[in-house]
Amino acid sequence: MSNQDFIRSFPQSAGLSASQSLRMMHIDPILMLLLLGVVGYGLVILYSAVDRDSSIFSAQALRMCLGLVALVLAAQLRPNFYLRWAPMLYVLGAGLLIAVLIVGVKVKGSQRWLELPGLPRFQPSELMKIAVPMMLAWYFRDRPLPPTVKDIAVALVLIAVPAALIMQQPDLGTGILVAAAGLTVILLAGVYWRWMLYAFLAMAAAAPAVWYVLQEYQRQRILTLFDPQSDPLGAGWNIIQSTTAIGSGGLFGKGLFQGTQSHLDFLPESQTDFIIAVVGEELGFFGLLGLLLLYMAIVARGLVIASQAQNNFGRLLAGALTLVFFVYLFVNIAMVAGLLPVVGVPLPLVSYGGTSAITLLAGFGIIMSIRSHKVW
Amino acid sequence: MAPDLSIKDRLSEHQAFVGRALVIFAVAVLLVVGLIVRLVQLQVWEHDVYRTRSDENRILVQPLAPQRGLIYDRNGVLLADNRPVFSLELVGERIDDLSAFIEELSTVVTISEEDVTGFYERLKRRRRPFEPIVLKLTLTEDEIAKLAVNRHRFINGMQVNAKLVRFYPYGELFTHAIGSVRRVTEDDLRRLDPVNYSATTFVGKLGVEQFYERSLHGEVGYQRVETDAHGRIRQELERSLPQAGQNLSLHLDSRLQIAASGALGERRGAIVAIDTRSGGILAMVSNPGYDPNLFVTGISNQKYQELVTSRDTPLFNRAINGQYAPGSTFKLIVALAGLTYDVVTWEEQIEDRGWFKLPNHERIYRDWSWTKDNSGGQGIVDLNRAIYRSSNVFFYNLATRLHIDQLTDFASQFGFGRVMSVDVAGASNGLLPDPIWKRGAKGEVWYPGDNVNMGIGQGDLLVTPLQLATVASVIANRGKWVRPQMLLASDLPLSEVDPPPSLPRVQGPSADDWEWLIDSMEDVVHRGNKGYRQNGVAWAYIGRGISYRMAGKSGTAQVVEIKQGEEYDEEELDEYNRKHAWFMAFAPADDPAIAVSVLVENGGGGSSVAGPIAREVLDAHLLPQLAGLDDNRARR
Repeated sequence: MSNQDFIRSFPQSAGLSASQSLRMMHIDPILMLLLLGVVGYGLVILYSAVDRDSSIFSAQALRMCLGLVALVLAAQLRPNFYLRWAPMLYVLGAGLLIAVLIVGVKVKGSQRWLELPGLPRFQPSELMKIAVPMMLAWYFRDRPLPPTVKDIAVALVLIAVPAALIMQQPDLGTGILVAAAGLTVILLAGVYWRWMLYAFLAMAAAAPAVWYVLQEYQRQRILTLFDPQSDPLGAGWNIIQSTTAIGSGGLFGKGLFQGTQSHLDFLPESQTDFIIAVVGEELGFFGLLGLLLLYMAIVARGLVIASQAQNNFGRLLAGALTLVFFVYLFVNIAMVAGLLPVVGVPLPLVSYGGTSAITLLAGFGIIMSIRSHKVW
Repeated sequence: MAPDLSIKDRLSEHQAFVGRALVIFAVAVLLVVGLIVRLVQLQVWEHDVYRTRSDENRILVQPLAPQRGLIYDRNGVLLADNRPVFSLELVGERIDDLSAFIEELSTVVTISEEDVTGFYERLKRRRRPFEPIVLKLTLTEDEIAKLAVNRHRFINGMQVNAKLVRFYPYGELFTHAIGSVRRVTEDDLRRLDPVNYSATTFVGKLGVEQFYERSLHGEVGYQRVETDAHGRIRQELERSLPQAGQNLSLHLDSRLQIAASGALGERRGAIVAIDTRSGGILAMVSNPGYDPNLFVTGISNQKYQELVTSRDTPLFNRAINGQYAPGSTFKLIVALAGLTYDVVTWEEQIEDRGWFKLPNHERIYRDWSWTKDNSGGQGIVDLNRAIYRSSNVFFYNLATRLHIDQLTDFASQFGFGRVMSVDVAGASNGLLPDPIWKRGAKGEVWYPGDNVNMGIGQGDLLVTPLQLATVASVIANRGKWVRPQMLLASDLPLSEVDPPPSLPRVQGPSADDWEWLIDSMEDVVHRGNKGYRQNGVAWAYIGRGISYRMAGKSGTAQVVEIKQGEEYDEEELDEYNRKHAWFMAFAPADDPAIAVSVLVENGGGGSSVAGPIAREVLDAHLLPQLAGLDDNRARR
């Protein structure tokens, strides 16, 4: 952004249309509108999920504002800036992940948090959700596409290192998301379908081995998926209660604030990972459908922006960030609906909690930057 | 993918990316469609299932225990009350590690090992899910406060519940009269209506509490409540009130019960007093007793073992289950049987030398006044004298003249060997032996000597204090029967009482026979100052200073056989082998109001030990009434 831009835009902004002035700020109006829609929807549902506790609600609203600020700031930076700093960010993130394993703060049995003097407590793994796709987009930026076997191998190593570090914490959910973010870059970079078939077969073959690597509670979660009633008060409880919440909502739901499953505490984690069940219970099938359409519109818009980007780095980064968002929402909803094992993945922009919302919105800021900055 | 993409061509790269993005987006849409199908399955196709499950989740039907009916005595004195106790209960489903939880709890309140084992036993029983199970039944005020302070530590799975439980304000005094409730056991649940007892912790196990269980219990109610996942009630949706059990009034007179219990004192034994007009049981004492409240609020195993193993058997209800030889009290029945079958008259006299022998038999049957040198005896006796002197020899003689079937037929009219009471739960039959019984039980034939023994109420003949009080009542009524009964009144007719057919009068004795028999019984008590061997056997102990006419008969029941040629020496016998003392009586003799039987286990002489107790009971009942009558007369 040049000084000239500032001079041109601000004194005359009153005379410009809203969309023009947004464009001046490098904000994509369509994407912004959709994101605000999800954020608003999410705040309403959260207000219900926390039993209309206004202090929790305003804390979340404040975080969303912070996230939007992060979005706007991220949108101002040129894609070239991200390109230049991508390797540094990746190395910094990996270093912080190692630091977490050594000096991290343990919460509920997992060592995920880092407390550095002068900074609020944060999860370095969140950073990697952006740093990993950025690093891979950087790596593929001017290599021949589709990538060679060697390039793919390097890319897989770049993914595996942080993903493994995160799963060590242990944080399976974030680890999967980080790995998914990297893999989408490879996918977008172009892989022969044949190879994907091989990879799929290899994974299927490795599945039994993976079973032995999993921790006992993780195995239990997978077993529970197939038969929640086998342990109705233990591992199955969450899934039984969440499917009950969704199913009892019916087509139109029990009405906002009227959900018995969530308000009577049957539904665990109703403010965080399982908040989609509150939507299903209180607003019913149509409430869920509306939210899904909003989400898919965001994904579609993200992919459109990615397609229109001017170079490989932009395309891959914007596409990967969009698809990570999709993986987020799909894994979360599928988990709550009893289709996937329970992993700690929040519902993007809706679940209570700060770090992930801020990272996500910052990611959309980067996407907008890629959209808006024609000059690199 | 197309291989031409390896050419570094911005345009084709762009097109290739768009293609890939489209494919990926299509896959994403497919995945989301899959999600939507799942949502349709949950929210449309299986909506009803989940709707029901959600309602079941939040709506809990809780049974509400009915309040147990109260029990009053005839004057409205409360004998069995309900009072609240606070118990500590756990919901097993909500606690991951029960033993650790209980360990933690025991740092706040004392929890005994018995509490814990009892808890696990109850946990194993069949029950509804999420039903709280009692860990400690009775919390003190102090413990309730401590638990309230520490509630946050046990928020998930612990509750303190108040419930009404039985309380017997008189403790031991009425234990054997009204019985008591006990904790519902697994066996009880199989027998009882599981719905009606779903909220009930205690069930009547003995006495009136047992017999009138159905009416006392009442009907269970329920409430439908909305609960949260922690089992806490958020709101009540619907309530159907339980129907309290019926309040009962008994014939028991607590003042008489206290007097009777006091008269018996520390001695082992039993007293039963019956209102001769209604058959109402006015007092029923069995000593030793125990505090029935222990079984409600929890009794330690050690204390329970003490009760069970004590040689004095406090748990044993002697009044209805203690079966003893009636001894000389049975002579009244033999006398009436003899008169009925014309084998004796009031005029006949025999000489009593203190001993009796069957023709061609060596065995000597002794009078109570017998001594080793075969001296003693009552001299010349007729039936009247045989009763007030309690001559054994006369009745040995009389019994041998009766056929055993005549004797048992006649005696059974008085309820020997049968339960005649209307509503005394678990009363024993006693035993009226006859040749058929003897062959079956002992494999022996009936010997003439059995008649002889039966003539003085010994041998295999057994009777409970309740039965003997009933006999006294029948004699008092000159052969007219009224069945003994606990229940005086209830608010509504009770389902338990299907009034048994009324019994016919005792057949046989003439009106004169009854009067003369009762005169003889009065002589037992009142005939005094007549000189050697001329006074009623009980006169010296109870016959003086008596303001009403009392008819009585003493009895002594042998516990161990005294060998031929040996004298009964109380000092030499172990206390528990000494004779049981009986006294049966009623008064006023002309217009009887109350009949009583007194048994003192190993007490010795009937007249000397049991007689004064019987008189105290009659005094306690009659003297206030007589004083009242005098007052009324004076006023008129």
